[in-house]
Amino acid sequence: MLSYLSRMAKDFKGYILLIVFLFFQTLNAVAAPDGKALFQANCAACHNPYKDATGPALNGVDSRVPSKEWLYKWIKNSASLIGSGDKYANDIYNKWNKTAMTAFPSLTNEEMDAIITYVNLPPPAPKVAPNPQGDPNAQSSDNTLLYAILTIILLVVVIVLTSVNKVLSRSANAREGVPSPKDVPFFRNKVVIALIAIIIIVGFGIWLTKGSELGRQKNYMPKQPIFYSHKVHAGINQINCLYCHAGAEKSRHAMIPSSNVCMNCHKQINEYTGVDQHPLVDLEGNKVDGNKEIQKLYEYAGWDPVKKDYKRDTTGTILAKPIEWVKIHNLPDHVYFNHSLHVVSGKLACQRCHGNIEEMDEVYQFADLSMGWCVNCHRNTSVQFADNNYYSIFQKYHDEIKEGKRADVKVSDIGGLECQKCHY
Amino acid sequence: MSKKQYWKGLEELNPSDEFKAVQANEFREDLPFGDIDHIADATTSRRDFLKYLGFTTAAATIAASCETQVRKAIPYAIKPENVTPGVPLMFASTYVDGGEAVPVLVRTREGRPIKIEGNTDSKLTEGATTARIQGSVLNLYDATRLKYPLIDGKEASWESVDKMVTDALTALGGAPLYIVTSTINSESTASAVAQFVQKYPNTKHVMYDAISYSGMLDANMASFGQRAIPAYRFDNAKVVVSIGADFLGTWISPEIYTKQYSKSRKISAKNPNMAKHYQIEGMMSLTGSSADERVTCLPSQYGAVALAIYNALSGSAANVSPAINELIKKIATDLNANKGNALVVCGSNDANIQTIVNAINNAIGAYGTTISFGSTNNTKKGNDTDMNTFAAALKAGQVGAVMFYDCNPVYDNINGSLIKEGIGKLKLSLSFNDRLDETTQLCKVAAPSHHWLESWGDASSHSGYTSWMQPTIAPLFKTRAWEESLLKWAGNNTTHYDFVKNYWIAKLGSEPAFDAAIQSGIAEPETMPMTSAAFSGNVATASAAIASIKASAADKVDLVIYDKIGIGRGGVWSNNPWLQEMPDPITKCTWDNYVLMSPNRAKKMGAEHTDLNEVQREKKVFSIKANGVELKLPVLVLPGMHDDVIGVAVGYGRDKGVGRAAAGTGVNVYPFVGRDAMGNPSYYASNVELSNTGKVYELAITQTHHSYQNDRPIIHEFTLEEFKKDPNELYNERKSSLEHFTHSFDAPHGEEHGGAHAAEGGEAAHAPTKTEADWQQAYRENGTLYPNHESLGMKWGMSIDLSSCTGCGSCTIACQAENNVSVVGKNQILLVHDMHWIRIDRYFAGDPTKPDSIQTLFQPMICQHCDNAPCENVCPVNATNHSSEGINQMAYNRCIGTRYCANNCPYKVRRFNWRDWNEADCFEDNVYEDGRRDDINDNITRMVLNPDVTVRSRGVMEKCSFCVQRLQGAKATAKKQGRTMKDGEAKVACQQACPADAIVFGNVNDKESAIYKLRYEEQKERVFHVLEDIHTLPNVNYLSKIRNASVLQSVNPEKEKHEAHATHA
Repeated sequence: MLSYLSRMAKDFKGYILLIVFLFFQTLNAVAAPDGKALFQANCAACHNPYKDATGPALNGVDSRVPSKEWLYKWIKNSASLIGSGDKYANDIYNKWNKTAMTAFPSLTNEEMDAIITYVNLPPPAPKVAPNPQGDPNAQSSDNTLLYAILTIILLVVVIVLTSVNKVLSRSANAREGVPSPKDVPFFRNKVVIALIAIIIIVGFGIWLTKGSELGRQKNYMPKQPIFYSHKVHAGINQINCLYCHAGAEKSRHAMIPSSNVCMNCHKQINEYTGVDQHPLVDLEGNKVDGNKEIQKLYEYAGWDPVKKDYKRDTTGTILAKPIEWVKIHNLPDHVYFNHSLHVVSGKLACQRCHGNIEEMDEVYQFADLSMGWCVNCHRNTSVQFADNNYYSIFQKYHDEIKEGKRADVKVSDIGGLECQKCHY
Repeated sequence: MSKKQYWKGLEELNPSDEFKAVQANEFREDLPFGDIDHIADATTSRRDFLKYLGFTTAAATIAASCETQVRKAIPYAIKPENVTPGVPLMFASTYVDGGEAVPVLVRTREGRPIKIEGNTDSKLTEGATTARIQGSVLNLYDATRLKYPLIDGKEASWESVDKMVTDALTALGGAPLYIVTSTINSESTASAVAQFVQKYPNTKHVMYDAISYSGMLDANMASFGQRAIPAYRFDNAKVVVSIGADFLGTWISPEIYTKQYSKSRKISAKNPNMAKHYQIEGMMSLTGSSADERVTCLPSQYGAVALAIYNALSGSAANVSPAINELIKKIATDLNANKGNALVVCGSNDANIQTIVNAINNAIGAYGTTISFGSTNNTKKGNDTDMNTFAAALKAGQVGAVMFYDCNPVYDNINGSLIKEGIGKLKLSLSFNDRLDETTQLCKVAAPSHHWLESWGDASSHSGYTSWMQPTIAPLFKTRAWEESLLKWAGNNTTHYDFVKNYWIAKLGSEPAFDAAIQSGIAEPETMPMTSAAFSGNVATASAAIASIKASAADKVDLVIYDKIGIGRGGVWSNNPWLQEMPDPITKCTWDNYVLMSPNRAKKMGAEHTDLNEVQREKKVFSIKANGVELKLPVLVLPGMHDDVIGVAVGYGRDKGVGRAAAGTGVNVYPFVGRDAMGNPSYYASNVELSNTGKVYELAITQTHHSYQNDRPIIHEFTLEEFKKDPNELYNERKSSLEHFTHSFDAPHGEEHGGAHAAEGGEAAHAPTKTEADWQQAYRENGTLYPNHESLGMKWGMSIDLSSCTGCGSCTIACQAENNVSVVGKNQILLVHDMHWIRIDRYFAGDPTKPDSIQTLFQPMICQHCDNAPCENVCPVNATNHSSEGINQMAYNRCIGTRYCANNCPYKVRRFNWRDWNEADCFEDNVYEDGRRDDINDNITRMVLNPDVTVRSRGVMEKCSFCVQRLQGAKATAKKQGRTMKDGEAKVACQQACPADAIVFGNVNDKESAIYKLRYEEQKERVFHVLEDIHTLPNVNYLSKIRNASVLQSVNPEKEKHEAHATHA
């Protein structure tokens, strides 16, 4: 099943701006810059203000603990507090499966106060998602039907008028005694036959030309087993592409990350909190629950979100199963493509071939990945000729550049159009 | 020299019309058009045409309108840390086959071993491999391997096997238990066996070799007090004499010997010295075909020959036969002149003959110089006396239980029939073998052990040298290391890994030391200790025993039973389709065994018509009676065979349990193996009766496939004397033959191509004598109308040294493994549809009716990557064209299969996919099946395919690509690191596999590269291109063959002399 995204992208553009605007509004309203930054730098790996994570929820923490001084001590070095036999400290320690909290001896009391102030802020009220129907631009006026009806009416008028003209001139001829030309049925009319022949030949030609595009899947956007949004990860959260697609620098394959790579972050991040800023909506316009998608990941990764540990079999092997993603970018078997060469020595951005992936929720195929597309790029792209010492063997080009005869060296100049660069 | 006549086969000497027709055409078959003349007259042709047109259009439309497949991209669930999909990993390990142990590097992709390379860090092998080492990766994926343990032929769990075996072992009650294995030289395995023996003290461990070296070991025991084979150092020998020992092919450690041998024979104009190799043998062996001087004798004369050499050393004249006497005189002189630099080896398993050979080596001071007892060769340690004792005990009912590991005595031992009868009577019979072979199927329990690629372990092919194995893949099937089984039954529940680890930690001192050992794979002394041994053999007794050997009766012949290079070690590898299809280096026959015979003998026996002609595939079937057994085999006529000697190979006629590729091919000739006076197997038989059955059998011989006209210079050969006298003979010959292009165009050349000449000044450009770079460049530019291909960056070039090449075939199999070359099966080979990218052409020189005159020469022939390629010009779709790096590229997906290119290739190196060999296309049920080769398409076996190389589909042309995937890979690495490529960074598969270092490959544009230096400096006198005068400008060059012989043989010396004279005049 093929799906297309172009119209989706258009629809979204409008309220993405709106969301970004609202986002900054919120920020200004609840500003506690010092505390928030400190929290995110030091605490966020294990704590959430409003929910239990690796450590307990911190909202109202100062009112729970015995004293503020106790809290300072705990944060600075919880182990020594536990070691001193403090009852409350030991209770907490045992309650949280004896997970030791990292010591922060460098935090000053003022900084800790700022953090406490920040975590004590009331949780932000859930924002009502903008109504997708509310965008006036979404209702595009479609006049196709009107034009079609008009065309048909005009065609009928033309035919009627032509036959009226014919009948009239025939009766006029009969009256004047001039013989009318013999009536040729349309299927024997040479002009008609010629026209039809031309249409058939042209049509066949178009069909053949289109035939070469068979198997190409530009705009292919299949439904994936997990609604994974590149926009949320690479766009909003600015995660580097190479963090997950580590192979892009090393191998021919960019590599889809294994689920344990996802779990590096998702051990902590067990809910989608960005639903206000960026509600997830699938192609059919249905709302997607990000939390449910994260649960799907846990299922694949063999993670028990309640125990916060991997499920293991008797031998200790993690009960993970691979995620069967639908492959979007397919090259024929006889094509050798190497990501690392393009990324490392070609210094190409991922977006050059994959489009604005950080804007896509569900990924679609941006380029048609045809040979013509590859070849055109190899014709027009300059190699890193001066910077990469590998190219020092091309003495002739270096001389030409020195003499000013040549501005740069294209991929095609160093054999980039030859068959066995990609086919072997 | 080029006037000398070489012939690939007998049919080239006396070409029949049929042969000429075959040679003239690239393709043997006519196109399936039927009677094309009558097509126009046929009443239905137009309608048929329209029908076909309509059908194909409809079919194409339906095929094209199929829905695009939804493909999945499935990542690892949990990615192993060191694996990056798409990036190969290399692991050091050890190839083990019986006692053979060679340090190797295993290339894996996503956890699958796909290619074996030699470990160049080893000072013993220096990275040498053989065809069997290259092919061993396919054995791992053999679909016939046992997938689980069996009890009474039914699947069983390891728990039930353990219970059954321990119960049976405790119930033995003191009855002796035998463990029968091939040679084992692993220390940790020996320790595991020792633990088992400790638990069950009545255990006896018997080792035997499928091809026995017991006689040699016994002789060494008597001569030196050590039952061991010493280390041979062919590289230290200036004179090598071999009496029937095929040390380059199958004898003891051929990969090491080939490496050493080729070192002592590297030659250049600056250093024109090479070792001299004499060979005296009954049949034509691979080693014999590399020899400088070779004469034939009966195998029953090996003793007499050895004795004659021994006596000749002290001046006595030999009295064997005129030709041999003359040669022995020469040998004795050379040996005496090179005392301490000479080596004599003998392939006989007769202890008396080996004693004499030891005496000779002692007399010429070989011990401590070319032979060392300081490090013994542990590859063969079998003891046939023990084996005979075991068989006798089995017969007498004195055996309680038996276990077999890595051996198949029912098939390959002289006591096979006794063992076959005895196994069934035992309380416990167990086999650790990997398949239901002849022995395992008689056993009660099959407890399959791992393949070496799945296993931990160690081996010590030479004492003092250790190499380690590490698994490169998790066990494919429910197999268990046999050491682990033994330990378990001895009450030790440790895993094999822990056992090996603990053993070596105890020995090496620490776990890091063990890890380092596994990583490097080897531990070797800096230099091999060269230790002599005091000879105390009884020459008189041995001479007396030799004197009593009688020759065959006048109408009977002698028989040599030999081991095939591909199948090896008594047929253990006969289910390997790569090796079955590898053309035998000498006979070029695939998939079968046969009886080798000289042309004279064939003529005498009435087999001359079909058997002198290798184009004719039907061969006469002969009946052979030896050792009280009669077997029928097809005849293959081989020049160079002694007229009264026939040869047959073991390893065929396998049971169907061995596998589809092995079963039903050839005849098992092990029953011909006799027993000598000491009870050791004897691989020679006398008084063999031969008779012509009149029946015929088809043999698939590739020798005349892809033949090209050889009335032009393809090979250049010189004697050492000639080369010393005038090293530039070939160089000058080339230069003068291309004079037309280099001289007559001087003026325009100098003006047009000012670049090179401007530097030399205007006058130099007009001078008749030019530098070598110049005349070659002038020929390049002036010899064609086509534009010259410019290579700005890389220009790949290859050089093949005909003097070093022994024809062993490891390059052929390495290429097959690297490039996914298809196996086609015997029936398709018969149709000349073989696919090997490397064809090793075997040429003979000499008179086929005189076996002693035959000189053999091997020329590996691959795509020459012509800069002015005839194939490129004729392709209608430009599917084959030239790259800027000098590679003749083949774009499979562009090829439409017109085969014009193959037709136009002067070297006949293009291969067409006549069938869908490997399920490579999208049409279902299209794959070729013949019942024998089909396991190659098993889902498990397909894991061996190299994922970087396209699997070619039906209807496309293919050929050597210079391993472009490796070149691209090496370039990519350099490019990503932002540096220039180093010489030797990109190695092609054949180059890497070659044990003789005959192949040099690299970037010719790099003036520091080995290939540049070889072509233009070090070896410029020997360089030539095949068919250079047709201006194909190949990027492959050859180095002339230098033979350390007094004369170069020819069919008709008078005629050739005359022609040479005429040319000269």
